[in-house]
Amino acid sequence: MALLDVENLDVSLSTAMGPARAVRGLNISLEKGETLGIVGESGCGKSMTALALMGLLPDNGTTEGTISLQGEDLLLKSEKEMCKIRGNRMAMIFQEPMTSLNPVHTVGRQIMEPLRLHRGLSKSEAFKETIGLMERVGIPNPSERVHNYPHQLSGGQRQRVMIALALSCSPDILIADEPTTALDVTIQDQILELIQNLVDEEGMALILISHDLGVIAENTEKVAVMYGGAVVESGPTDQIFGNLAHPYTQGLFAAMPKLGMGRNGRLTTIPGTVPDLINLPAGCTFTDRCPLATDECGTTAPSISTVEAGHKVTCHHIDQAINGRGEGLYK
Amino acid sequence: MSKTVLKVSKLVRHYPLPKESLFADPKFVYALNGVSFEIKEGKSFGIVGESGCGKSTLARNVMALEPTDSGSVQILGEEVVGKTFNELRPLRQHFQMVFQDPYGSLDPHHTVGRIVAEPLAAIGKLPSQEKTERVAEVLSSVGLKPTDVDKYPHEFSGGQRQRIAIARALITKPELIVADEPVSALDVSVQAQVLNLLRDLQDSFGVTYMFISHDLAVVEYLCDEVAVMYLGSIVEKGRTEDLFASPAHPYTGILLDAVPKPAAGKKRKRIQLSGSVTGQTEKRSGCAFRDRCPMVDDRCKRETPTLREVAPDHFAACHYSKKMMEHGLSKPS
Repeated sequence: MALLDVENLDVSLSTAMGPARAVRGLNISLEKGETLGIVGESGCGKSMTALALMGLLPDNGTTEGTISLQGEDLLLKSEKEMCKIRGNRMAMIFQEPMTSLNPVHTVGRQIMEPLRLHRGLSKSEAFKETIGLMERVGIPNPSERVHNYPHQLSGGQRQRVMIALALSCSPDILIADEPTTALDVTIQDQILELIQNLVDEEGMALILISHDLGVIAENTEKVAVMYGGAVVESGPTDQIFGNLAHPYTQGLFAAMPKLGMGRNGRLTTIPGTVPDLINLPAGCTFTDRCPLATDECGTTAPSISTVEAGHKVTCHHIDQAINGRGEGLYK
Repeated sequence: MSKTVLKVSKLVRHYPLPKESLFADPKFVYALNGVSFEIKEGKSFGIVGESGCGKSTLARNVMALEPTDSGSVQILGEEVVGKTFNELRPLRQHFQMVFQDPYGSLDPHHTVGRIVAEPLAAIGKLPSQEKTERVAEVLSSVGLKPTDVDKYPHEFSGGQRQRIAIARALITKPELIVADEPVSALDVSVQAQVLNLLRDLQDSFGVTYMFISHDLAVVEYLCDEVAVMYLGSIVEKGRTEDLFASPAHPYTGILLDAVPKPAAGKKRKRIQLSGSVTGQTEKRSGCAFRDRCPMVDDRCKRETPTLREVAPDHFAACHYSKKMMEHGLSKPS
């Protein structure tokens, strides 16, 4: 039995304009110690996936399908039961460490909270443990820093506090939603390395969400590319980056400025913008931006086809897409 | 030799901090410590660095949006520093700015037509017929429809909003556009569209860019020359190709190395920076980068390195730039 099994997860948000289908038919399976990356642009449903897993969807959100953590369906749990799981067996690192930490409490107090709540430690034990945790995530001078408020720490240190918080109860699954987007490259490097090492040591599973293909390529074993609320391509990271298949993934890769490509080439652009989640097209959601789209794409949703072992792609014209990769699909 | 559009010399900006007590010495944030560079007509000059290195302060000072402590900024030979607001007003048509956040920089209550036409007020009175024509012309040059003038900013996506902001900067036909992180709030596929647009506009109108970004790949794609800033000073400057191919300052080397690369066969060993950016509130002797530098030795603590030419048109402020260029990053033996 897999540690985490997500089957046919649908998330929809009710808005004034009608229901927005943020996530559609998502399947994820994660073993202990595995790392999964979720990539996509804003509005593709990656953050909603994370929030649904943690049971933290906004009030107007509804879910369908199953999310089973070691056989228990999290979607059937009450809020009270979820409180015991959240922060304890599943923990999350948020994108913006400034807004996700409470500005009126010291960081020490915030790290102590889950320790006392979930592990039932006394105040002094929790305090000692907090200092240990802060040392582990590489905050200099933890015995002094423990009394600091979030605004007294730098962005990188705040993110380290978030990681300490997430690690406090040794969760089975760590979800990191754009953990380094607000940070500089050199600090990003340190934080990703830290998360990597902790995942290795603790043997927990990691779900890393990012819009940066580079971050995903270097830090995950498996990857899922999301577009318009659904996974369009998934498989082992090395295989996907060595063998990009879906037209969207190819476009995303080509649109990224890469170091060393110089100024001679021109960046490939994907025409158009991401689909409106409220009025999703009937067929493939990528149809109006795809260079290979035919009438079929507009009317019927493509099924999943397997390119290589474990490498799955959702596209009608997969052979054409792979053949066209050499000279580039986008002209 | 083409003419110089922007010449910045020895620009200094220190922000005073509130005094801790009545008799305490005033403290400062040393945001810019003598920055000098030149941009030639029709070129793009990139400025990279981590947050807090003074990139945005530099942009605001070049745009004369705040008082400068000392130094000079010359745009098309005209001194900008020390001028009053009213004296600057007619000059502003020659230099325009594009801001980072396309959501915050457009007034939500105004129509696109009004937003884009606003800088024309600085030129003086124009007949409304001509105004409408120029708005339509500039909107189509950034890839928007002339019929978009009556819409409001919220009806556009992030990439389109950034196009509106670029149109607003272009309408006065400026020689210089200062762009402060214009694509960092955009998605990858949209970012590519805006970057290509910036390039096309340069080809067709010959504008000069001062382009600020923390993303090295973006700078490499767009800029002819780059300056790397660290704690309010330029530590390395040169042609993009030279600087990226053989960085002469350890900081540049580490920055380039820290960029994650999207390719199969991940995980590489890299030299990481220990510690974070040192505070900007104290002024010390020696190299500003010494606390984080893997190549540091005693000399770096004693002498402040100055910017000197290490190769033709390639400047670096490091005592060991020669070694850095020959052997890459290593500990001094």
